[in-house]
Amino acid sequence: MKLWLSVLAVTVISWVMKAGGPLVLGHRRLPPAAVRITGLMAPALLAGLIVVELGGSGWSEFDWTQLCGVSAAGIAHVLKAPMLVAVLIGIAAAALLRLGLG
Amino acid sequence: MNTENRDAAGSFAAGMRLGVGPAAPTFVLGIVYGAAASGAGWGFGEPLVFSALAFSGSAQFTLLTALSTGSALAAVGAAVLINARYVVMSAVLNDSLRGGRLRRSVLAQALTDASFALAHHGGGRFDITRLVGASVPQWSAWVSGTAIGLVAAPPPVLLRTVGLDVAFPAFFLVLAVHELHRSRRAKAAAAGGAGIAAVLLPLTDPGIALLGATAAALIGALPGSDPEEESG
Repeated sequence: MKLWLSVLAVTVISWVMKAGGPLVLGHRRLPPAAVRITGLMAPALLAGLIVVELGGSGWSEFDWTQLCGVSAAGIAHVLKAPMLVAVLIGIAAAALLRLGLG
Repeated sequence: MNTENRDAAGSFAAGMRLGVGPAAPTFVLGIVYGAAASGAGWGFGEPLVFSALAFSGSAQFTLLTALSTGSALAAVGAAVLINARYVVMSAVLNDSLRGGRLRRSVLAQALTDASFALAHHGGGRFDITRLVGASVPQWSAWVSGTAIGLVAAPPPVLLRTVGLDVAFPAFFLVLAVHELHRSRRAKAAAAGGAGIAAVLLPLTDPGIALLGATAAALIGALPGSDPEEESG
């Protein structure tokens, strides 16, 4: 039940957020400060997600081979690899590293 | 068929052709998402319905990550906040939408990062028919990828062995790279978010650490302009 409610909540709130412009604002615009804060939510949260994914609960799941794979994906994307290719490079780097380490 | 209808059909077809590009990585990420949801014990129906209705990789990955390690409220909060940009994007799109509020709200549901970029005419004007067309192959790829991932349901140890545990954080990192290019403040917000999450992680559950990371966005309220944003 907790899962269904969470899925439903995220789905409905996502719909409302996408409809936010037409529904709420009409022809008005967000205040400049609110636009600036909202625009920075994604980079702040994405950085937090990367840390949480790598560290796990209480930093108990940290795995340096996973960090190497993620770094490889990031470097590949900075060097202009498309999203899918960059992610695949990261996956391959981690898999090869683990294979090499036995 | 009159000229207006032909133009709309042409825009929709052009959008679908353009949408095939981002649909390919969406399909693979859908498989990864489905497999991870299966590995987390989410069952079959919940992830598939979630993909079909929410159609949001970042929010779905976030909920999956945060819900498995933290409270439901914090997980939902984190998943919603990751999509906060859609509020701004839909406000930007608003001027190009036509019709009543309900019709415009329904059309805005086709909004994705890729479709937003593909439909941009420049000067803040958007081809809404093209935007909807571009989202069709992406939605199909996301839902079918999720289904395949759920059916294949590879075990977690296999996911780690072949490196698929890297896909989630790598996907987030690739999205973050795009965000970092936007402005100096985006870089500062990302650094702040990572720092806050790193400090909070040993002290509280990961869902709360994620919510705490969003406090870094408050630097947007500081006075002064960001030269990179202005030039960009």
